[in-house]
Amino acid sequence: MENDIGLWGVPLAILGGAIRVSTPFIFVSLGEAVTERSGRINLGLEGTLVFGAMAAYAIAVETGSPWAGVLAAMVAGAGFGLLHGWICSFPRVNDIAVGIALMLFGIGIAFFFGKPYIQPSAPNLPAIPLGDWSSLPQVRAALNVNVLFLLGAVLAVALWWAFKNTKIGLIVRVVGDSADSARAMGLSPTAVRLFATAFGGALAAIGGAYLSLYYPGSWNERISSGQGLMAVALVIFARWNPLGCFAAAMLFGGAGALGPALQSVGVTQGYYLFYAAPYILTLLIMIATSSPGRQLAGAPGELSITK
Amino acid sequence: MSKAVAVEAVGMTMRFGAFTALDDVSIKVPAGTFHALLGENGAGKSTLVKCMMGFYTPTEGQMVVDGKEAVIASPKDADRLGLGMVYQHFTLVPSLTGAENLVISREDAPKVIDWRWERRQLADFMETMPFKIPLDQPVSALAAGEKQKLEIVKQLYLGRRFIVLDEPTSVLTPNEAEEMLGLVRGMTKRGDLTVLMISHKFHEVTAFCDDVTVLRKGKRTGSGRIADLDRKTMAAMMIGDQPIATLDSRAATPAEAKPVLTVTALKAKDRTGLKSIEVDGLSVRAGEIVGIAGISGNGQKEFLEVLAGQRIREGGEIRVKAAPYASTREQSRNLNVRFIPEEPLRNACAPKMTVAENISFRTFDLGRNGKPAAWVSARAIRAYAAKLIEQFKVKTASLSSPIQSLSGGNVQRAVLARELTGDVDLLIVSNPCFGLDFAAVAEIRARIMKARNGGAAVLLMSEDLDELMELSDRILVMSDGALVYETPIATADVHVIGEHMAGHH
Repeated sequence: MENDIGLWGVPLAILGGAIRVSTPFIFVSLGEAVTERSGRINLGLEGTLVFGAMAAYAIAVETGSPWAGVLAAMVAGAGFGLLHGWICSFPRVNDIAVGIALMLFGIGIAFFFGKPYIQPSAPNLPAIPLGDWSSLPQVRAALNVNVLFLLGAVLAVALWWAFKNTKIGLIVRVVGDSADSARAMGLSPTAVRLFATAFGGALAAIGGAYLSLYYPGSWNERISSGQGLMAVALVIFARWNPLGCFAAAMLFGGAGALGPALQSVGVTQGYYLFYAAPYILTLLIMIATSSPGRQLAGAPGELSITK
Repeated sequence: MSKAVAVEAVGMTMRFGAFTALDDVSIKVPAGTFHALLGENGAGKSTLVKCMMGFYTPTEGQMVVDGKEAVIASPKDADRLGLGMVYQHFTLVPSLTGAENLVISREDAPKVIDWRWERRQLADFMETMPFKIPLDQPVSALAAGEKQKLEIVKQLYLGRRFIVLDEPTSVLTPNEAEEMLGLVRGMTKRGDLTVLMISHKFHEVTAFCDDVTVLRKGKRTGSGRIADLDRKTMAAMMIGDQPIATLDSRAATPAEAKPVLTVTALKAKDRTGLKSIEVDGLSVRAGEIVGIAGISGNGQKEFLEVLAGQRIREGGEIRVKAAPYASTREQSRNLNVRFIPEEPLRNACAPKMTVAENISFRTFDLGRNGKPAAWVSARAIRAYAAKLIEQFKVKTASLSSPIQSLSGGNVQRAVLARELTGDVDLLIVSNPCFGLDFAAVAEIRARIMKARNGGAAVLLMSEDLDELMELSDRILVMSDGALVYETPIATADVHVIGEHMAGHH
């Protein structure tokens, strides 16, 4: 067979898988990076992601436009972020507990509203075939890149630049590192965190929209496999750096593609174990990068887990 | 660069309800002078300054800036007139670089920052400053002295030409403090800047300032040119005619005095968990005070926590009177080890329990014969506490008030009463006078000296070098988690000690 590329199929499938699977990780972790840089943790992004997936799918079905779906998801995600930020603006409210509550709330309410949309099919988000130069179908499949992935890459660079070179970026960092200094400058930490959490929610919901509108491309109650939660771990692994978030998301995407890739070259035994690769990787990374006695380098000073 | 600003406050009065925090105080700071504001804690220094800077709206009083009456209703108004303040606790953002801190603190910081242009502007600006500070490092990597300078630079960068320094040298080594104040002095002499410095260190005031204003209990009790006043006069203005405890003279330590505390190769993790403290070869003999100097954050606190049993020891040995010591209640009772930790309300008290209960923490579970008792007698606790309160002059509304309702000085007196009653062979003390007023400080130091003369071995850790110089028989310096220098008091030199504190050896 001229199309058989043998074991080369494995790295190629991993690359293709990384691009396909990483997109939700990219958006959720970038959103969480912004929120955490402002000094707050939003653990509810898993719920925001699932609700975003549902909202995007429903609106895409109703309007026939996948982009309208993405927009609807962003609005819903920002709403969840605002809710989280608003509750946390009260004294003595723990952001982690609120996040867990909102995660369960988001998932539950998404299932409730999403029931009628399990059957109908929605238009998918467009992809750009960057692999057309090749005659190999594997290469074409791997390089069929979704627009959102490219947007995510651009966004990662933009955020990285903005944290250094814009007033808003510096303000977010000031608030995240020292609320007292922020107040002395006349900034309101609560307001900045409210918007940072809303922004993070909107980005996480885009991740959800990608799940339901492109890959796997349908809405059901098992749409997420914990991307929203793992992205929080990713942010810590990436040391709150947007470029690091992108790289870490690619790494996790690649790990997630390991199982299917092995299956495609004919490994029939034990490949289920490789489906667990991203989770094992999460665990290993958390163990490797944490220590009982010391603070994480680069952690925002106001974060409740590092304070 | 624009010129220094003259500032005058006239007839400032501030009432909080029935309490008058500030009573008709006037202060005049001509352009280009270095003015000191002296007073005890609670004398109204910060209230006065906050009224001047617009944080408080004074009940009565006016501000005059450069000879013109000025309305300062908020800190923003103060900004506009070129008035700024450097707080005791830094307001720089630790993870941002110096340059980022400066640019973002500007009211008109651009939406998108052109770093090449800003860097050039900053370099030009720093040319005009006497301070040299690396602006490309995160602030967290700077030494305390550099941070303090950067705070002052920030005020000047923001165009302030009258600045208030709130106890600016409290976190600096003597050398850093002198350098910083010398540079500020130079700027006032050149007429670039007017400074009002809150302080309680006479030697700084006499060495660097032009004029002084002294407050006591919200009233101005004196003012004038430093050159015309001596320390005694200023101290009298500050504390009035209340009696001050005097230090007993130092009894000679007997030559054959046995070591009570010996620490060998002690190892423990510091609070970041990244580094360890290692204390080796420390020995404190009966009847002497060994002082440990060091800038805060160099492991003194961790060392004390290990001695007090609050932190896990990783290795090494602590012996008290030749017996191994692991900080259990039983050992400290049998070996007569007593503690006066810093922040006594947090480290030595149960804040919500009563004064009587707190005072009897060491003895409540002992019967009359000194054997452990099964039943606690509330009456015995109250009788014991009443006796000690009388003896140590603790001012409390009643025996059953929660101890957190007492003033700082009285909490410390209550802790002293508990720790210094009975036989004391080893006394471990840390920053005992932090934040207390003159009378309480003098009394507490006198009690510590008395314990020493009574034959106790005293280990005294303090961030206040003057205190160590006054009390210690020997001074050790702790830097970067280890003891790096030792000197008997006779040959102790503040500057040499300061250099070791800064780790310059």
